[in-house]
Amino acid sequence: MAIVKAKEPKKHKKQTLGMKIMTIVLSVISVFYVAPVFFVLMNSFKSNAGISRGVFELPNAETFQGFQSYITGMFFGDFPFWQTILCSFFITVFGVALILVCTSMCAWYLMRSNSIICKIIYYFCIFSMVVPFQMVMFTLAKTADTLKLTNPVGILVVYLGFGAGLAVFMFSGFVKSIPIEIEEAANVDGAGPLRTFFGIVLPIMKPTFISVGILETMWIWNDYLLPYLILDKTYYKTIPIHIQYLNGSYGHTDTSAIMALIVLSIVPIIIFYFACQKYIIEGVVAGAVKG
Amino acid sequence: MFKKRNRLFFLIFVLPTFAAFIIGFIYPFFSGIYLSFCKFRTVSNAQFIGIDNYIKAFQNEGFLQSFWFTCVFVVLSVVLINLIAFAVAYILTLGIRGSNVFRTVFFMPNLIGGIILGYIWQQIFNGILQKYSTNLALNETYGFWGLIILMCWQQAGYMMIIYIAGFQSVPHDLYEAARIDGASKSQILTKVTIPMMAPSITICTFLTLTNSFKLFDQNLALTNGLPGVVGAGGTTIYKTEMIALNIYKTFYANQNSRGIGQAEAVIFFVIVVVIALAQLYFTRKREVQQ
Repeated sequence: MAIVKAKEPKKHKKQTLGMKIMTIVLSVISVFYVAPVFFVLMNSFKSNAGISRGVFELPNAETFQGFQSYITGMFFGDFPFWQTILCSFFITVFGVALILVCTSMCAWYLMRSNSIICKIIYYFCIFSMVVPFQMVMFTLAKTADTLKLTNPVGILVVYLGFGAGLAVFMFSGFVKSIPIEIEEAANVDGAGPLRTFFGIVLPIMKPTFISVGILETMWIWNDYLLPYLILDKTYYKTIPIHIQYLNGSYGHTDTSAIMALIVLSIVPIIIFYFACQKYIIEGVVAGAVKG
Repeated sequence: MFKKRNRLFFLIFVLPTFAAFIIGFIYPFFSGIYLSFCKFRTVSNAQFIGIDNYIKAFQNEGFLQSFWFTCVFVVLSVVLINLIAFAVAYILTLGIRGSNVFRTVFFMPNLIGGIILGYIWQQIFNGILQKYSTNLALNETYGFWGLIILMCWQQAGYMMIIYIAGFQSVPHDLYEAARIDGASKSQILTKVTIPMMAPSITICTFLTLTNSFKLFDQNLALTNGLPGVVGAGGTTIYKTEMIALNIYKTFYANQNSRGIGQAEAVIFFVIVVVIALAQLYFTRKREVQQ
């Protein structure tokens, strides 16, 4: 796996004039990059009247309304946002956990077995990565409906099925690089397949676990169409569904509340990003190079 | 490791994923292909009607419009994103001050979901356009460029990360050798760096290609296909609708056109497979050369 790290700015490396100019140019671009986030943050503190007067104006005494939008959006209305956050959180955490455990086991078995069925399953997994979601969306929603998978627990099964392709592919790629002698040695020492997998193979696969985990987390947390079509929306909403629902209700759009909810939904991601930035960037590169 | 008679371990290791895979992919995929040849409203009342849906799909003005819109969008966004990402990655590997901070900032938009990004940029663009008393929903040119700006803003950071990894994998002695031979900076870039970066360029090109082609969330949240005009056939044609959104609307806005929607989805799928095969071809070709 390529180790991605922007070259450490060497202390003694002389900064030429060109490089200084580049630093300034990139700083300006960086400001434009983070500006939309501050734009949302600023507007979330303004009243709706203040927003409609001009979205770029800083809040003043008249338009500033503090955390009122946060409180209204979070706890009031037909569908309080804290339930949405809980729902999104539940689906993401357990969906990723389920994918990691099941697909790593599956990938290991598929790679270590020579049966024709295993080969077929493996190639189907690779094939599924190419298929656009629109191809299966209608039939998948119907199937999920028939099998009563329209709740946050049931949707985990759908995510496992639809996310299996990438995960199995990445785990298989790693299993191929593990020397089989290690497992044979464990076998000779009397460890069964379960013990071999959980005691030996799983610890070796840790880097791939992190990569797959990051990629699947980014996907599930931000996914819109799949939960939109599958979940029973009278009871359950995920964050993207909720935002789109508020945005789509024309006429009575409470812009200030949407801004507040966007801030609330971005904050966990930004914290997550800064906490494991190194792994995220490595995971992305590993996924891109193999995918 | 496993012999064929090892049924028990097949059940433990493979079955959970395989069962979910059948529910989540294999069954929906094949029944989707079958339904594209049927007239249906729900799965249970499907009637086989042959290739009628495909003929209608190719006559559907909205679909053709979205197809061309998508093509133009894809070409422009792929070129722009890759140029920006390549340039920024190049600058960041020169060793300028604050490289790590810039890298962190440029990658950040990728973590925010398409729906939320689309909404944020909709507010920003409408805020700007308000001053000229217009908005995104009134003119397709604004919608198109809005989508381009949004995609560049989001994807350039991702591709930049891959390009940085590529730059760092170029062996240093190559640069030294070129310098000793008297190559200028621009010669080093075009004769050493870019050829050595070919794998990264292939990966990024195809990633941006498929991402732009399959774009849905951003399109839905930013313009939702607006503005719409009434076409020759009496149907409304949405000017900034991309293929994925068009298929979605053909399915769910009108129950009677579900068969056509499914046929369009199959066409879409075939196009994506062709792109993927092209990628495979280019990757293999390069591996042979090396």
